[in-house]
Amino acid sequence: MTGVKGVLGAVVAAPLGWLARLLDTPLRLWQRLAGQNGMVAFFLLPNMAIFTVFVLLPLVINIAYSMTTGAALFLPERTYVGAAQFERLLRCTDYTDLMTCQEDQFWIALRNTGTFVVLQVSLLIVAATITALILNRALRALSFWRAVFFFPVLLSPVVVGLIWRWILDRNGVLNAALVGMGMDPVNWLLERNYAFSAAIGVTIWAHLGFFALILLAGLQAIPRDLYEAAEMDGTRPARVFWRITLPLLMPNMLVVIVLALIRAVQVFDEAYVLTGGGPGTATLFLTQYIYEVGFASLLKNPGLAAAASILMGGVLIVLTLLQLALGKRNERRGKLK
Amino acid sequence: MKNTMIALALGASLMGTTALAGDVRLMWYSDGVEGEVMKDLVARFNAENPGINVILDEVAYKVVQEQLQIQLEAGSGPDIARVTNIKTLAPHWLDLTPHLSDAEYWRTNFGAHADWMREDGSDAITGFMTQLTLTGGYANATLFEQAGVALPGEGATWDDWVNAADQVAKSQGTAAAFAIDRSGHRISGPNVSYGANYIGADGLPAPVDDGTKAFAAKLVAWVEGGQMLRDTWVAASGSTYRAAADDFINAAIPFYYSGSWQIANLSTKIGDGFDWVATGSPCGTAGCSGLAGGAALVAVKYTQNAPEVAKVMEYFAREDIVKEFSERTLFLPAHAGVAAAGGMNWQTEDKNVGAALDAYVAAAGDILPGAGALPAWKWATPYYGALVNRISQVMAGELTLDDAYARIDQDITEAVAAAQ
Repeated sequence: MTGVKGVLGAVVAAPLGWLARLLDTPLRLWQRLAGQNGMVAFFLLPNMAIFTVFVLLPLVINIAYSMTTGAALFLPERTYVGAAQFERLLRCTDYTDLMTCQEDQFWIALRNTGTFVVLQVSLLIVAATITALILNRALRALSFWRAVFFFPVLLSPVVVGLIWRWILDRNGVLNAALVGMGMDPVNWLLERNYAFSAAIGVTIWAHLGFFALILLAGLQAIPRDLYEAAEMDGTRPARVFWRITLPLLMPNMLVVIVLALIRAVQVFDEAYVLTGGGPGTATLFLTQYIYEVGFASLLKNPGLAAAASILMGGVLIVLTLLQLALGKRNERRGKLK
Repeated sequence: MKNTMIALALGASLMGTTALAGDVRLMWYSDGVEGEVMKDLVARFNAENPGINVILDEVAYKVVQEQLQIQLEAGSGPDIARVTNIKTLAPHWLDLTPHLSDAEYWRTNFGAHADWMREDGSDAITGFMTQLTLTGGYANATLFEQAGVALPGEGATWDDWVNAADQVAKSQGTAAAFAIDRSGHRISGPNVSYGANYIGADGLPAPVDDGTKAFAAKLVAWVEGGQMLRDTWVAASGSTYRAAADDFINAAIPFYYSGSWQIANLSTKIGDGFDWVATGSPCGTAGCSGLAGGAALVAVKYTQNAPEVAKVMEYFAREDIVKEFSERTLFLPAHAGVAAAGGMNWQTEDKNVGAALDAYVAAAGDILPGAGALPAWKWATPYYGALVNRISQVMAGELTLDDAYARIDQDITEAVAAAQ
């Protein structure tokens, strides 16, 4: 064993040592010239280059696209129109009637996304909290149950959408079961409210395990002696939850809320496969609107899609900043304790 | 999402730019069995032409629709592609004329559809139609017979067909009487049959007229009345394409309006499950028109191997190869010589197929001028998109018909303005 280790060590360490010796002199020279800050920048450069090419540059290009129009796909061949695409997206004669908006489907998608975010995130938080509380108890086959709740997280969103479409379709499993029980089948994906509820339910099913796991970690970090003290005082379980569990779970809860909000704003894959945005535009969400306008529609308009994505990006940036602020606040509180 | 699309575009671009000298990349999608036939033909070509290596990239139709344009705009892409969006992308096609050994052969045999795949005013030879298609209906003859309802005969209107299919549906307990694919292309033949004209005097899109309004109003009424299957049009948004073939195959509807390209699909999947017939297009007030179309094999002008591409195209355009391809795929041939010679030996034992193909050949004579002009009209695609997007919103109860007509006009005007 030692022999093998020795050989491996020699094979791996020798070239690395040789490389280190080779770089030592130029790096020392560079440090002397650039100073400590220069060295930090030097080591950050590879990551920054990747970030620039794959994130920053596309973002800048996207902003540039949002200020152009035309049939051409490539930027230099497109016509500059300033903020016209944003104006087109935001122009309505009566903001209480979305049908008066020039881009009515953008506003419909915005309204649907807003409604979805409020309902889905609220229900998801409640469901994840209940699941975490149950999984935190000394259940029989606890690992099995944790795996059951976490399993959907491992599935591809497209697979999730397909599975539920097969279940909820007119000829799907659920209707077959209803008919088998002598009941009338229901058009789950053709009625507006059912389809919207299905989109909410399926996305909750798909992501519940992930958020429950974060909350479970928070629950397990709460000191047991607090519960023992409450028990000795004869405190009712509901009071224990509101006065001990929830306040101490709040740091994790805030992370869950912000992450769930961001994911809900970005909803696309599962809902698109499940309902295709229908019936009508009942489940048309912002990301699908952007995808359709920019790529899939027979009326492609990359400039308009870019402008819509920037507006959506603005919302996501606000949510991300909120997450960062909450994270820092939690960190400060942790240090104070 | 955005990063994924960029990665896909870059990946696709790379795929299109790695051709070596002598390599000819052919992007191909399949509706039915034509991919298998093409593989065989490509293998034979490669065996007969050792200096040229045709690489068949089989892709989903969605890839051709959504990614090919990005590749072409980037000046890359395959050397040859099978496409349906032939007119809109015409600026990217290669003029094969200087590379062809007999350009006259192409003009004689494929000239009737050459305008479909070249820019207005051009006389370039850019490719040929791998098949001609025509929109039309199919009836489940077994269900009609079981219901004791006679199949409507020649000259039957859309109302006649829907009423007859409705009687069958009620008698046999099917999900609905009929369905039409969710596609603006599919309803355009019927629109023209009711007098619609999409093309204005200046060649730009005309406002929605009474012909389009007449058939659109019928569609909406049929959805509300339960005669038309809601699933196909209502259960999606935007201009998403949805076919209702599976509902016909599963005998959930006795009448289905789609097109000739479904013949092989129906034959394969229905087998001897039930008897079916092609009905041609039901009549409106102006005629009984379907809409012609099809897929074309076109050469891409960014190829580095134009002479080799021309040689490959010449092989696939050969009369004997076109005949074999059509016979094996059950597609209507677009080659004038093959069509005129007749005597097609369709490679099927399904007795429904020959009759269906004959029915489509007969229905080709009913195409009205307004429909005949659409395949070569560059604004057809945005027009189709606006129609399907807005009419399905009416079906879902989100818009009134009048609002939808105004929106269709607005969408098309904006699309034209953006494109110009």
